[in-house]
Amino acid sequence: MIEDRVTQPTRELTRSEKRFVGIHVIFAVAALSIGIQYGPMQALEHAGLDLYPKMSFLASSYYQGLTLHGVLNALIWTTFFITGFLTLVVIKGLERPLRYPWLNRIGFWMMVVGLFTAAIPILGNQATVLYTFYPPMEASALFYIGLVLVVVGSWIEGYGMYFTFYAWRKENPGTRSPFVALAAVITMVMWQIATIGIASEILAIILPSVFGWTSGTDPQLSRTLFWFTGHPLVYFWVLPAYLSWYAMLPKQVGGKMFSDSLARLVFWLFLILSTPLGFHHQFADPGVPAGWKFIHALLTLGVSFPSLLTLFTVVASLEYGGRKRGGKGLFGWIRALPWSNPSVVWQLLAGLLFVFGGIGGIINASYNVNLALHNTSWVPGHFHLTVASAATMSFVGISFWLVPYLTGKPLWRPKLAAAAAWIYFGGMVIFSNAMHVIGLLGAPRRTPLGTAPYVPGEWAGHLWRIGFGGTIMWIGLMIFIVVVAVTALQRKRLPEDQLVEVPIAESIRDPQMTPEWLDRWRPWLIAAVVLILLSYGPQLYEQITQIQLTSPGFTP
Amino acid sequence: MSDAPEQNIHIDPYERTWIRISIGFLIFFIIMIVVAGLALGIQVPTDEGRVNPNTLDAELPWSEPGLREIVPGEEYEVYIVASRFSFNPREITVPKGAKVTFWATSSDVQHGFALEGTNVNMMVIPGQVSKLSATFDEPGEYNYICHEYCGLGHAAMFGTVTVES
Ligand code: HEM
Ligand SMILES: [Cu+2]
Repeated sequence: MIEDRVTQPTRELTRSEKRFVGIHVIFAVAALSIGIQYGPMQALEHAGLDLYPKMSFLASSYYQGLTLHGVLNALIWTTFFITGFLTLVVIKGLERPLRYPWLNRIGFWMMVVGLFTAAIPILGNQATVLYTFYPPMEASALFYIGLVLVVVGSWIEGYGMYFTFYAWRKENPGTRSPFVALAAVITMVMWQIATIGIASEILAIILPSVFGWTSGTDPQLSRTLFWFTGHPLVYFWVLPAYLSWYAMLPKQVGGKMFSDSLARLVFWLFLILSTPLGFHHQFADPGVPAGWKFIHALLTLGVSFPSLLTLFTVVASLEYGGRKRGGKGLFGWIRALPWSNPSVVWQLLAGLLFVFGGIGGIINASYNVNLALHNTSWVPGHFHLTVASAATMSFVGISFWLVPYLTGKPLWRPKLAAAAAWIYFGGMVIFSNAMHVIGLLGAPRRTPLGTAPYVPGEWAGHLWRIGFGGTIMWIGLMIFIVVVAVTALQRKRLPEDQLVEVPIAESIRDPQMTPEWLDRWRPWLIAAVVLILLSYGPQLYEQITQIQLTSPGFTP
Repeated sequence: MSDAPEQNIHIDPYERTWIRISIGFLIFFIIMIVVAGLALGIQVPTDEGRVNPNTLDAELPWSEPGLREIVPGEEYEVYIVASRFSFNPREITVPKGAKVTFWATSSDVQHGFALEGTNVNMMVIPGQVSKLSATFDEPGEYNYICHEYCGLGHAAMFGTVTVES
C-alpha cells in the first residue's frame, strides 16, 4: 500500500475569515433556538396539553407556530449553517483565501436581509402558510421576497466558492482537488441547479399574483416547481453531513478516509441524481400523469444507491479507526470509538438514526406504497430522522469543534454535551416511532390532533409518546444551545498548544491515484442537465404551455 | 502487494460485495413496485383533466356534488367538492361490497383527501380533478380526512362513508 504522501493542510483561517464563518453559525443557532420552541408545543398539543393559549406571545395559532418551526429549522438553521461550514471547508481544504471575499459577504448579508424580510410577516401572522407556502394560500409579499433573497444570497455565496475553487485549479494544474473542497462546491452547485424551481415558482407565478398583475396562480404547476427544489433540498441538508462523515469523522476517531475515489463518485452521483426525481413527492397529485410518477420512483431508488455506498464507506472508515484504537473482534471496534467526544457521539448517533430515515425514505419513494402514508404523521416522523437527525445532529456535532476552533475557547462542559446526544437520540426514537405508527393508522400531518374531531381514543398512547419524546428531544437541543453559547461567551481561552484543529482525514490511498474523470466538472454537469431535461422536460413543457391562472389568492 | 501507482477507482472486495447487494436490493424494490402497481391494481392518481375552480357551481358534475348509483348495490361514483373547511357531501352511505369511485376537486385552496382503511389518498387541488376508487367489504364508518393545511379551520375538515350491511 502506498504510504501517505499527502500532507495535512496547514493554513489556518485568518481572524476575519473566522469571524465570517462564525457569524453564519450565530444566525443558524439563533434560528434553531427559536424554531425548536414550537417542537414540544406541537408534540404536547398532540398529547392533549394545549400550551398555545398560555404561550400566545410565541404564536397566535398552531399553524403560525408550525410555520415558524418549519421555516426557522428546516430553511434558516440549515442554510446558514451549511453556507458557513462549507465556506470554512473550501478555505481550509484548498488552503487558500476566498478569491473574492466581498462576493461571499454580499451573499451572506443578502441572506440576512431576506431572513428579516420574511420574519416580519411571519411574526405578524401575515404569512401563516407553512414552509411550503402552497398557492393559492397567500402570504404577504414580503414573505416571498424574503425567501427569494435568502435563496439568491446562498447562490452568491456559492459563486464565491466556485471562483475560489477555479482559482485554486489554475494555481494547481494536474493536482487532484482536495476531496472536502470538491464535495463542498458540488453541494453548492447541486443547490444552485435545484433552487431554480422554487425561484421561478415565486418570481414567475406567486409574486405576480400577489401584486395583482395576474388573475391568480396555477396551483398544480406551482407544486411541480416547488418539488423540483423540494427533494434536492433534502440532499442540500444531508450532503454537508456526508462530507463530515466521509472526511472529518474518520480523523476524529483516529482513522483515515476509506476511499477517496468512491467518496468523489458518491458526490458526483448526488449532483446528477438529486434533482430529476421530484415527482416522488407528488404521487398523490392529480395533475401529474402516473407514468411520469413511475419513472421518478425508479430514479429515486437510483439515488438511494450512493447513500448505500456511503453507509458502507463510512462504516468501513470508522472500523479502521476503531481497530487502530485497539478494538478487537466483530464489534469490539465500535466500543473502541471515542464515544465520550461530544462531536463524535452526536455524529455517530446521527448516522445511526439516518439508517432508519433511509429505510423510511425508500418506502416513501415506492410509488403506490406511498398512498398508505402520504401526508400522514409518518412523513414528519420520517424527516425528523433526516433533517432533524442526520443533518441537525451532525451540525451539532460539527459545532462542538467548530465553535472552539473559531473562538479559540474550550468547549464548555463536554460531558454534558456528549450526554445531550443520548438524550436527543432517546427522545427521537420514541417520538419518531410514534409518529410513524399513527401515520399508518391514518393521522394527518400539519394538524393539531389534540382538537381534531375524528381522532379515535385508541391513538391516545401514541399521541402521549409523541408529547413525551418531543419534550425530551427539546431538552437535548437546548443543552446544545446553552453549551455553544457559554463556550463562545466565556472569558477562558485555550492555551496556544491546545488549539482545536479542523479535522480533515487523510485518505488511505493517495488521492493522486484517483482517476481523472472523478475530478472533472464538465461530464457530470452535462449529465445533470441532460437527466433533468429528460425527466422533467416533457412534463414541465406540458404544464407550462397549459398554464391556467385560475386560482386567486386566499388568506389562511 | 503490487503497488503500481496507476490511476484507478480502487474498490475493496467487501465493498464490491456490498455494491452487488445494494443493486440486488434496488432491483427487488423495483419488482415489488411493478407487481403492486400492475398485478394488485393499486393505482396512484393520474391526470383526469381540469376544471375552473371559480365556476364549479355552473358546470355539471361539480354543480351537483353527491353520490351516483351506476350499478345498484355494486358500483357507485361520488363527486366531492372540498371547500374551506368542509367536504360536500359530508356524509355518504353505500351498501357492503360496493365499489366507489371518488372524484374530487377544490373550490378554493389545496386540500387533501385520505379515506381511512383504504388506499384512497390524494391531493385535492383547485383547477384539477382527482380520482381514486375503493371497494368496501366490511360494514362500518370510514372517515375521509383533509390532510393538507387549508387554513385555520383545517383540523375540523372531514366526512364519513357509512357502509351498511
Ligand atoms: C425540539 C425538537 C422537535 C420537536 C419536538 C419537533 C416536533 C415536531 C412535530 C410534532 C411536528 C409535526 C407537526 C404537524 O405535522 O402538525 C414537526 C414538524 C416539523 N419539524 Fe419538528 N420538531 C423538533 C425539531 C425539529 C428540527 C431540529 C427540525 C429541522 C431542522 C424540524 C423540522 C420540522 C419540519 C420541517 C416540520 C414540518 C412543518 C410542516 O409540516 O409545515 N423539527 N416537528
Ligand atoms: Cu382542507
